[in-house]
Amino acid sequence: MSAAYNAMELMICCAARLLEDGRTAAIGTGVPCAAAMLAQRMHAPHLVILFEAGGVAPQLPTMPISVGDSRSFHRAVMATSMADIMETCRRGLIDYTFLGGAQIDPYGNLNSTCIGGDYARPKVRLPGSGGANDLASFCWRILVVTHHDRRRFVEKLDFLTTPGYLTGPGAREAAGLPPGSGPYRVITDLAVLGYNDETKRMEVYSLHPGVSLAQVRAATGFELGVREPLAVTEPPTPAELLLLREEVDPHRYVIGRC
Amino acid sequence: MDILFQGGGALWADPSTDRARRFFADKPRALIDKVMTVAEAVRRFVHDGDYFACGGFGCARIPTAVLHEILRQGRQHLRFAGHTATHDFQLLCAGNGLGQGQTLAAVDIAYVVGLEARGLSPHARRVLESGEVACTEWTNYTLALRFKAAAMGVPFLPVHSLLGTDTLRHSAACVVACPFTGEKVVLVPALYPDVAAIHVHEADRYGNCRIRGTTVADLDLARAAKRLIITCERLIPNDDIRQDPSRTAIPFFCVDAVCEVPYGSYPGNMPYEYFSDEEHIRQWLSAEKDIEEFRTFLQKYIFEVRDFTEYWQRCGGLPRLQELRRQEFLLHRGL
Repeated sequence: MSAAYNAMELMICCAARLLEDGRTAAIGTGVPCAAAMLAQRMHAPHLVILFEAGGVAPQLPTMPISVGDSRSFHRAVMATSMADIMETCRRGLIDYTFLGGAQIDPYGNLNSTCIGGDYARPKVRLPGSGGANDLASFCWRILVVTHHDRRRFVEKLDFLTTPGYLTGPGAREAAGLPPGSGPYRVITDLAVLGYNDETKRMEVYSLHPGVSLAQVRAATGFELGVREPLAVTEPPTPAELLLLREEVDPHRYVIGRC
Repeated sequence: MDILFQGGGALWADPSTDRARRFFADKPRALIDKVMTVAEAVRRFVHDGDYFACGGFGCARIPTAVLHEILRQGRQHLRFAGHTATHDFQLLCAGNGLGQGQTLAAVDIAYVVGLEARGLSPHARRVLESGEVACTEWTNYTLALRFKAAAMGVPFLPVHSLLGTDTLRHSAACVVACPFTGEKVVLVPALYPDVAAIHVHEADRYGNCRIRGTTVADLDLARAAKRLIITCERLIPNDDIRQDPSRTAIPFFCVDAVCEVPYGSYPGNMPYEYFSDEEHIRQWLSAEKDIEEFRTFLQKYIFEVRDFTEYWQRCGGLPRLQELRRQEFLLHRGL
């Protein structure tokens, strides 16, 4: 049985389902936070949340506005330093991280630094790495939740802020990044995407209900493969929607963005 | 150790541990009363051309009063550690491109311009996109690690961030092969700011400080900075510190000035005290869209204002702060 839902709700549900119980996730505010909170209330009560400013295993009463505000360590087990969080990631203890960017390329590399070819005089100056480059270098699985269009999904980034698979198979390891880590899934308003085991290029895993492969390809600025058999994304269940709307985001900060 | 790759970004502060030791050799160590106004602290300890850093996390536990005073006193050509900088960076940018000279000359960037989910600062964008501020790229962890190296008194620390990216190319880090394992590691140089400002919950008159909640990079920043201005929510007696020394986060000998500034992180959040004033931060972002409107806004909230108390009085005064206290403790949700 399915109910009416918007694209943001679907994206959050897709992200939440990927987070396994008993795992750890270094997350940011917004969609990642909503996904982790939903996962904890559905199938993953033992999912541990960490925030890069120092919050460890908070019991979130409401969504933080900043990864460093007091909500990010509400009823936490520890309020520590950023270095302590990053070093925990680097030791190999953190399973998932959620990252975003203005641009993503076929290998899952991200740009959050600038738009326009001239670094010294960019067309748009963006925030920079923040903790993204560190988290993508240290955590096991990188998830990206983003709107799907040709301006974001580009063949070549204006600036490679944060490492995905870099130039393809073996490139992360050759650069000195830890073996076995890297991009995992990209969840958009059109599809769930992953990476080809051999080429490390992005490919479509499932299409959201009512979305065609042609539509996804038209919204992507690079050649996009398909993982067979191509599935249709499970729509949000009434239970997921109820928790999302009543408990996780009652003020519709995130789910109202659609 | 052979250098395998060297980032092309400029280094904005001297990583020499010996020169830093020379500076610290002359730093006063006595238990002396350091209580003063923010205006006096900025006059004495923040100089034109200094490398400046501030504590907290952008809109959480930030030394807002010091940033306002830097603007009011018209400090020029500062270099800045853009580490998780949001409202703090927005404030420093207000000294550029508005006919007040040039407050910011160079930035080490980990995170600037954005205010997380609130969006990008239009004026900070103008300032950086004009090309008048020189930039070097880092990450939140590598900048924190540069403070840690300085705090440890070592010239660099190894890290596995930055590898394979343009962030590395625009940093001043270098890649070497580890002499023990052969693996590639990035070396990031120690960062000793000339002056830092950190807002804390409680301090005594000598500068012994207590912080509640996450410490971000502040324990290392306090020890790395050559001069340190502390603003605190409350001055407490030295005897309180001595009753429970395990709670001291920053010892007095790191500190040059202690300024009691209640609500000193406003409009930012102060854990266990008050939540951020999201409405006022939205007003900032909105005023910045138009240069003339922003000029008027800055007159009203910074340049015509005598001190920090007058600032929050202009922002709704005690009733507003009470509301933010209720939000911090979730009392507004009926808890």
